[in-house]
Amino acid sequence: MSLARAEPTMPEEHYLNSERGLWSWLTTQDHKRVGVMFLVAVLLMFLLGGCYALALRLELLTPEETVMGRLAYNRAFTVHGVVMVWLFLIPSIPTAFGNFLLPLMIGARDVAFPRLNLASFYLYVLGAALTLWAMLQGGVDTGWTFYTPYSTATGTDVMPVLLGVFVVGFSTIITGLNFITTVHTMRAPGVGWMRLPLFVWAIYGTSIIQVLATPVLGMVLVLVALERVAGVGLFDPARGGDPLLYQHLFWFYSHPAVYIMILPGMGVISEAVSVFSRKNPFSYRVLVWSTVGIAFVGFLTWGHHMFVSGQSTFGAGAFSVLSMLVAIFTALKIFTWLSTMYRGSIWVCTPFVYVLGFIFLLFFGGMSGVAVAVTSADLHWHDTYFVVAHFHFIMVGASLMAFLGALHYWFPKMFGRRYPEGLGVGTAVLIIFGFIATFLPQFLLGNQGMPRRYADYPEHFQPLHVASTAGASLLGFGFLIVAIYLGWALLHGAAAGRNPWESRGFEWYSASPPPESNFHEPPAFPHGPHDYARPGIEPEVGHAL
Amino acid sequence: MPSDGAARPVVAQARHFGDEAARQGAAHMGMWVFLASEVMLFTALFTSYALYRLAYPQVFHQGPHHMDVTLGTLNTYVLVTSSVLVALAIASIRAGRELAAGGLLAGAAVLGVAFLSLKGLEYAHHARDGALPGAHYAYAKFAIPGASLYFTLYWVMTGVHAVHVTVGVGALSVLAFRTLEGRFSAAYHTPLELGGMYWHLVDLVWLFLWPLLYLV
Repeated sequence: MSLARAEPTMPEEHYLNSERGLWSWLTTQDHKRVGVMFLVAVLLMFLLGGCYALALRLELLTPEETVMGRLAYNRAFTVHGVVMVWLFLIPSIPTAFGNFLLPLMIGARDVAFPRLNLASFYLYVLGAALTLWAMLQGGVDTGWTFYTPYSTATGTDVMPVLLGVFVVGFSTIITGLNFITTVHTMRAPGVGWMRLPLFVWAIYGTSIIQVLATPVLGMVLVLVALERVAGVGLFDPARGGDPLLYQHLFWFYSHPAVYIMILPGMGVISEAVSVFSRKNPFSYRVLVWSTVGIAFVGFLTWGHHMFVSGQSTFGAGAFSVLSMLVAIFTALKIFTWLSTMYRGSIWVCTPFVYVLGFIFLLFFGGMSGVAVAVTSADLHWHDTYFVVAHFHFIMVGASLMAFLGALHYWFPKMFGRRYPEGLGVGTAVLIIFGFIATFLPQFLLGNQGMPRRYADYPEHFQPLHVASTAGASLLGFGFLIVAIYLGWALLHGAAAGRNPWESRGFEWYSASPPPESNFHEPPAFPHGPHDYARPGIEPEVGHAL
Repeated sequence: MPSDGAARPVVAQARHFGDEAARQGAAHMGMWVFLASEVMLFTALFTSYALYRLAYPQVFHQGPHHMDVTLGTLNTYVLVTSSVLVALAIASIRAGRELAAGGLLAGAAVLGVAFLSLKGLEYAHHARDGALPGAHYAYAKFAIPGASLYFTLYWVMTGVHAVHVTVGVGALSVLAFRTLEGRFSAAYHTPLELGGMYWHLVDLVWLFLWPLLYLV
């Protein structure tokens, strides 16, 4: 199949050129522009976090000091973690693609609260600025988890980072609140709950986690800040406080945060599998209810971060079992995606390669997750590179595959242009290979006992570290190629036409790029969101501007 | 969220489909979701309270004896009364009595300030006694292990609540001013209802803090 049948022209007026000038962007209330601004911001953060990742891998190339000392290393992995987790992985897909696509997918003209949406962007920028300012002031060496009592005692400048993450948390809550309300109240007539696109379901589930979990993080950050400023003593054993309380409250947010990172990705994959297999999802309902299931069970698993912290045996066992429940819902999704592909008319293009990468990394990362959820095994792997490899497979590997898949799948919709398909496929393969080469050796390292967060290590670990660093270089090279060809495509790519993938998704009903305000009047979508069973029915698109 | 202008039909530049009722529905829904997230914010503090109450039962049993129950109870009355005034203000604006609604809102805001003042008075007493949180705790009358944690929780919980009261007083004042300006009417008063919902939450949180810290 080729892209040749797509309509070749671009609409004359669309959201990118309806108003001109920087000011019109900075004051926009158009969800698409806010989405694009978020996309630019999270990509910048990804670049920054990625540079630090490469620096860390470079340092670990030799057993002794390579490019930085131990203190610098502690600060570098803190920046890497803080930037990647709080400023890239958590906001990336919901804020960039959720903002852009959610209203288009439910036939709305915008999100429910456009001004709050813009405010959410500025809060994100403010939080990021505060965090990065602290980094420039000399950096922080607590790691991205800010564990007490170290974070309350270290002499580095933790306060601005706590404040920055707190502010970014506000941005997350507002975005989630906006999405929940939008899905509830702004759907076009006929878009019932069981006719919602799967990406919308995923964003909806994610938003519920964001709204309910983020305030707990906000509060615990405030408490750590008070501990530093006023010595309130809630987490200080010397004053009768309990450092474990910090871990409970922190992971009550931060474990569900993993699902904030992965659920939107699952939504992207559900969309893309269906489109590029030219088949209805094997079971729409299973995909929906497993999303709800993950969002719910995700709240009950935080204690698996604390198996070695002195938790009761019963508590550890309960959290172990609850953690494994997530694997059941995830497996339901994976089986559904594979069944969707089975006997489908598969179109191997760039987003689909990322789909395959996502499924593999999610499966591998998920299975290693079940392994570390076993309390006895976790005692062996705790705080080793095994855990580092596990969470990178899930949080980074899978989320990033979904992010790149989404970027390539919706690029024609967002910018109205096509990118070189061959280069896209080749780079996707390179990135997947680079990723596996980076993190597979880390499972082996961890299993052999290499602890995380150390700049130096015994010499016999070096071959695996070299392999990992080589993989990271491939990965970095892959991202560079993506940046180059997408940048080129933005300016010189051929016009994509309304629906280059011949998708049945609702977002493809409007022009590419979509006009300002999306639709003149509520659109009537003539079929379900993933209805490939009756391909003869090509809907009227007269309701799109 | 429609926040300006009096009752008005859906105009051409409206960004959304649907009528004013639909937008009101969205605004209410958004507020409920926000309140849910606020509840979770306080849940982190209530969880900490529960944990330390389990760890230091004796401290939490004796703690309320060192509180000024009179001031705390007075504050409860003040806050509940202000909540009633807000409810009456909403009823008034629904019935089209803008002047009454504005006055009632202003009254509620004044009671909010009264609450903060009483709280400040109480804080001053504690500070004079040396009943300060954590490292600064120097209250000789209550010096058993864990006592500083009780006061730490007291300061943090009531402090976070006081921040919410302050925000609420600001919101009620703006709403009262705008109501008296004639910006709201029986046909359009969504911001008033949202402000009211927020104020009721602030009130409700205090109704949990008061027994936990002063009575039981």
